[in-house]
Amino acid sequence: MRTLLDIIPKGERIDGHRPWPRFAVTADGWHHVASEVAAGRATLLGLWADRAALPTMHMALLDEATGAIAVVSLACPDGRFPSVGALHPPAIRLERAIHSLYGYVAVGAPDLRPWLDLGFWNLRHPLGAGVAQPAAAGTFQFLPVEGESLHQIPVGPVHAGIIEPGHFRFTAGGETIVRLEERLGYVHKGIESLMAGAAIEQAARLAARTSGDSTVAYGIAFAHAVEAALDIEAPPRARYLRALMAELERLANHFGDIGAICNDASFALMHAHCAVLRELVLRAADGAFGHRLMMDRVVPGGVAVDLAADGATRIRETLRQVAHRFPRLVELYDNTASLQDRTAGTGALHTDFARRFGASGYVGRASGRAFDVRKAPGYAPYDRLTFAVPVLTAGDVNARVWIRIREVEQSIALVEQILDRLPDGPIAGSPDGGRPDGEGLGLAEGFRGDVLAWVRLDGRRVARCHLRDPSWFQWPLLEAAIEGNIVADFPLCNKSFNCSYSGHDL
Amino acid sequence: MRRTLIESLTRRPLTEPPPAADDAALAELAGNMERAARRRLGRSLAIRQVDAGSCNGCELEIHALNNAFYDLERFGLRFVASPRHADVLLVTGPVTRNMREALERTYRATPDPKWVVAIGHCAADGGVFAGSYAVVGGVNAVIPVDLHIDGCPPSPTAILKGLIALLEEAR
Repeated sequence: MRTLLDIIPKGERIDGHRPWPRFAVTADGWHHVASEVAAGRATLLGLWADRAALPTMHMALLDEATGAIAVVSLACPDGRFPSVGALHPPAIRLERAIHSLYGYVAVGAPDLRPWLDLGFWNLRHPLGAGVAQPAAAGTFQFLPVEGESLHQIPVGPVHAGIIEPGHFRFTAGGETIVRLEERLGYVHKGIESLMAGAAIEQAARLAARTSGDSTVAYGIAFAHAVEAALDIEAPPRARYLRALMAELERLANHFGDIGAICNDASFALMHAHCAVLRELVLRAADGAFGHRLMMDRVVPGGVAVDLAADGATRIRETLRQVAHRFPRLVELYDNTASLQDRTAGTGALHTDFARRFGASGYVGRASGRAFDVRKAPGYAPYDRLTFAVPVLTAGDVNARVWIRIREVEQSIALVEQILDRLPDGPIAGSPDGGRPDGEGLGLAEGFRGDVLAWVRLDGRRVARCHLRDPSWFQWPLLEAAIEGNIVADFPLCNKSFNCSYSGHDL
Repeated sequence: MRRTLIESLTRRPLTEPPPAADDAALAELAGNMERAARRRLGRSLAIRQVDAGSCNGCELEIHALNNAFYDLERFGLRFVASPRHADVLLVTGPVTRNMREALERTYRATPDPKWVVAIGHCAADGGVFAGSYAVVGGVNAVIPVDLHIDGCPPSPTAILKGLIALLEEAR
């Protein structure tokens, strides 16, 4: 059987990259790996640039069957590299973002329109050479749409609800959407530039604010990356407490989403009851860890606070209530024909798209892709806990609701196991240990999917950090899933994806 | 589900007693608001929320104001879909350069009299994102702010206290 390493051309293995290997390849080798990814022999986990001694491109790869991971790197002194997006569409937006942020050019790329840079910054290529002349605003060209009787509907960046800003350009024939093109970047805060040179503690605070709904998942992914770079490990109790927080975060978000999806189908009763369950979980989190969203509670080396004295009792009591009420809501969802009429068959995402884009979380799992970082490659303490990863293949709004319902059930069981087995001991390791100039790749399973973090350290500071939200591989699929649906079903489809704007925009 | 509905008829509501108006917010508002505007608006305020660059943490807690525990609408406060219908802009996030124009245009689209409430630490001064090439700064770097509600993110109770102070002043 071919393994992940077989598709990577013989190259120099870079020292000090943990826990998975990193290989330097030539431009030909880079192109070869891209073609193997395009052929489905590996999944693209991430693609990012680094302005180190030399401009360098990095590509993270996953072998789905074994959970093996590797990074390949291409030094490109002239800032040009063979386009991955030319062979493998999921890389297109990443390459557009790299061009906007660094000025590096993907040679042969099918689309080099700017991404994230909307023409409002004072400079171009802020992470690269930093050209003082800003890009021209208002010259952006949307993809052409041709046909009789088509009309366009521009939506955003300011939307009608309490949601994040982004622009959606719909082209419709009557009520039917024939093309959706997203334009994102409105909440781009320059997180990766603020990371460069920041002390690890400060960088962790930035990572925790990349996407507020996934603050625990980002905390864990960033901590995994830094701990790998330093070659240290968080103590067992900290690993369990992180998992406890992660499952509470997953529960709170899934309750919020299930209710909000039903609300977008005008079924407010589910919304009201799910919002109560969400609030109960947040209050339990506040009681246990002193913050409703558990922000800044995960830190590199361990966790910042221990479970409050009555924390375990409060969480158990909350979950007892939740487990009592939730099945009734599931029954209501399942037995309401008018609601099912809106969700079943709507916004169907083909399993082939989910596989090619490496879509994770409920988007991937509702369309046949079982990938879950907690299982493979896996991380403590999940290797010692019993849980199932639900998978469906219908790929519609209904399937994405059911994945969330099944994950709620799994997370409730996981929290019970974690509290039963929570080991005693320290909650953080010594911050002084470890190697000073390593590189680390970290992954964590957030409620939305896999969060990837990559760091290159320089002493106790971050030289470069890249954060890749699962939304990068989900936003483009929303464009595919919405095609042929009616405009009025967009909010429903969008909420069922619930991609992060802030996590994507960085 | 039928049991849940029947229980709802007999069970006490989940909605909690309102918190007292925040003293600091009252003091800040007393200096900021015109009496004439207060009289005109009475005891009902329509709120338009604008995310000008937030991490979405503040949005989650603003959402929570609508749940049964906080039940914002009992105070005459409600969220509306358009700035044209709004008395209050509830703005979150450090204002990004990419959102600056959208925020200015939303502000101009809101009829007078209007108030701006900046939610969260980032909305005060940019928070951890201050100094980035992509960030202008706090909300008051772009539009005039009447009230700040601090926190990262502020809890629903903290937001409610600030908004009740706004109502008290507007009465």
